[in-house]
Amino acid sequence: MSLMQIVTSLFTDYTLRTVALGAGILGIVSGALGAFAVLRRQALLGDAISHTALPGIALAFLITGSRAAFGLMVGAAIAGWLGTLAVMAIINKSRIKQDSALGMVLAVLFGFGLVLMSFIQRLPEAGKAGLDKFLFGQASTMMTEDVVTMAVAGALALIVMALFWKEFKLLSFDQDFGASMGFPMRVIDILLITLLVVAIVIGLQSVGVVLMSAMVVAPAAAARQWTDRLGVMVVLAAIFGALSGVCGAVISSLSDRIPTGPAIVLCISTIVLLSMLFAPNRGLLYNRLRAARRRRDLSVEALLIDMLELARQHKDSGHPHSADTLRTMSYRPEGIDHSLQELRHHGWADLTADGLWFLTGKGQTRAMELLQNLGNKA
Amino acid sequence: MEYTSGHALDVRDLTVAYRDKPVLWDIDLSVPVGVLMAIVGPNGAGKTTLIKAVLSLLKPAAGQVTIFGRPYKEQRYRVGYVPQRGSVDWDFPTSVLDVVTMGRYGAIGWIRRPGRTDRELAMEALGKVGMQDFSGRQISQLSGGQQQRVFLARALAQQADLYFMDEPFQGVDAKTERAIVELLKELRSNGKTVVVVHHDLQTVPEYFDWVTLLNVRCIASGEVNSVFTEQNLRLAYGGRVAFRSEAVLNGLATRL
Repeated sequence: MSLMQIVTSLFTDYTLRTVALGAGILGIVSGALGAFAVLRRQALLGDAISHTALPGIALAFLITGSRAAFGLMVGAAIAGWLGTLAVMAIINKSRIKQDSALGMVLAVLFGFGLVLMSFIQRLPEAGKAGLDKFLFGQASTMMTEDVVTMAVAGALALIVMALFWKEFKLLSFDQDFGASMGFPMRVIDILLITLLVVAIVIGLQSVGVVLMSAMVVAPAAAARQWTDRLGVMVVLAAIFGALSGVCGAVISSLSDRIPTGPAIVLCISTIVLLSMLFAPNRGLLYNRLRAARRRRDLSVEALLIDMLELARQHKDSGHPHSADTLRTMSYRPEGIDHSLQELRHHGWADLTADGLWFLTGKGQTRAMELLQNLGNKA
Repeated sequence: MEYTSGHALDVRDLTVAYRDKPVLWDIDLSVPVGVLMAIVGPNGAGKTTLIKAVLSLLKPAAGQVTIFGRPYKEQRYRVGYVPQRGSVDWDFPTSVLDVVTMGRYGAIGWIRRPGRTDRELAMEALGKVGMQDFSGRQISQLSGGQQQRVFLARALAQQADLYFMDEPFQGVDAKTERAIVELLKELRSNGKTVVVVHHDLQTVPEYFDWVTLLNVRCIASGEVNSVFTEQNLRLAYGGRVAFRSEAVLNGLATRL
């Protein structure tokens, strides 16, 4: 299938359109709300919420006997929410730290969920098929009603986020200061976590409980690389989330052996990798380049000073020397030829007819300036 | 409890415990309006805990706190707070002006966004700490002293009558320290009351007119001239202050 065909079928193929729309919505909501989770260093909370949602899904199925997305999502939300409150209670009431509390609750409830799942598999009833897809996600089972449910829940979560923007920013940046002004920070905390639960539950069907936390953490981590503004970061995270959701859904639809969850996570991982490498200011490549440029500038300056000192021993600031002589003086001999060309480029040094290097008048002035600066700093 | 007129802060029988260990024990404290008070004491004396308990940031085991004669709950809008600089993540994606505007959030209330007046007040506060040129700067690009001044500006934007500052001189250079002291004195001359957790005993007589010596219990509290004595310092610090007290008291003597 060519790219053009894929794009066309995004709009014409019912299944693909539904799946892509659903995955896009989950990406937007989890990306935007994930930004707060990442900034609050609660990235692991997403993992706990999604894993604890599994027993909720199983129990909802056992109670309602139906595989309809709405019932399962409500079950997942209640379980995820209770799991998170359990984590908070453990942290507050005992000496157990957050990471251990998260790990415990996550493992116990996820295990319980798996037990329930295998119990359900042995039931004779029809309609149980597909429940196991919640582990790794299978977006192709998604119906228009599911997408509508996701869109409504997601829009509600985003509206609440926008309304309480100021309070959530306060919570994320300086909780104590907020409390000193009379804001009930615990309530705001629970509200934000509730929105995060909604975001995660929206994505469970397509991404699955195992990988859903990636959709909370990764878009935000990628977005943080590109901006220093909270608003821009949230919007960027939403865009990255949507983009990877749609791409993952398309990739997964090309073959029915690829579950949607891993496909979506691969897409967002690519975005994270590119952001880590190429983002200005924070990107690894940018920092490498900046460090290299600084090192080069420094060695050029050092060479300029070396040449002045050397020439002064001959009572002539323009006395020429061979590149080899200069090389023996340098702390980075391998860079000498490059640095000399650089000096020549600036018009600070030049070659004599017999291939020796000397400082021009301009170069001598510059070298003396540098020496003076060094003296001032010392 | 009766309202003792003229007190910005009254603390009665305040006890705070972490698990079974008391961190503050039966603190009684009265701070008159318009003083610049230092809270000093050794590490672990409960200085930060005292401020946090007064601000209801942690739950005391016992005791009452009143601000200008009324419970803190009713007086929040009259209180400004400067937490320790290290208590927040300075890599948070936000600008200097945005942080200072947070000082207005209490007055703005729920859901509503900061308006033009709030931003103007924030800019004015930034001006007072000499940081108006940094308003658009990302906060991770600030030096320690600049971070501290941003926190001060945020408290100024609260337009409070009583300020609590947790180690505002921590890790700032001499120039910034002088600027902050000037600011504190200006607050005092405008009738504000300022309570400062302070570490440097040498500068207490120079910067402050009121002092509380704390070491789990309240050792002494009152005017610097009468309370900041060698005997009280020994009580607060045990033997550990011996090598410093001479210099401190010499400084005190030259002042008297």
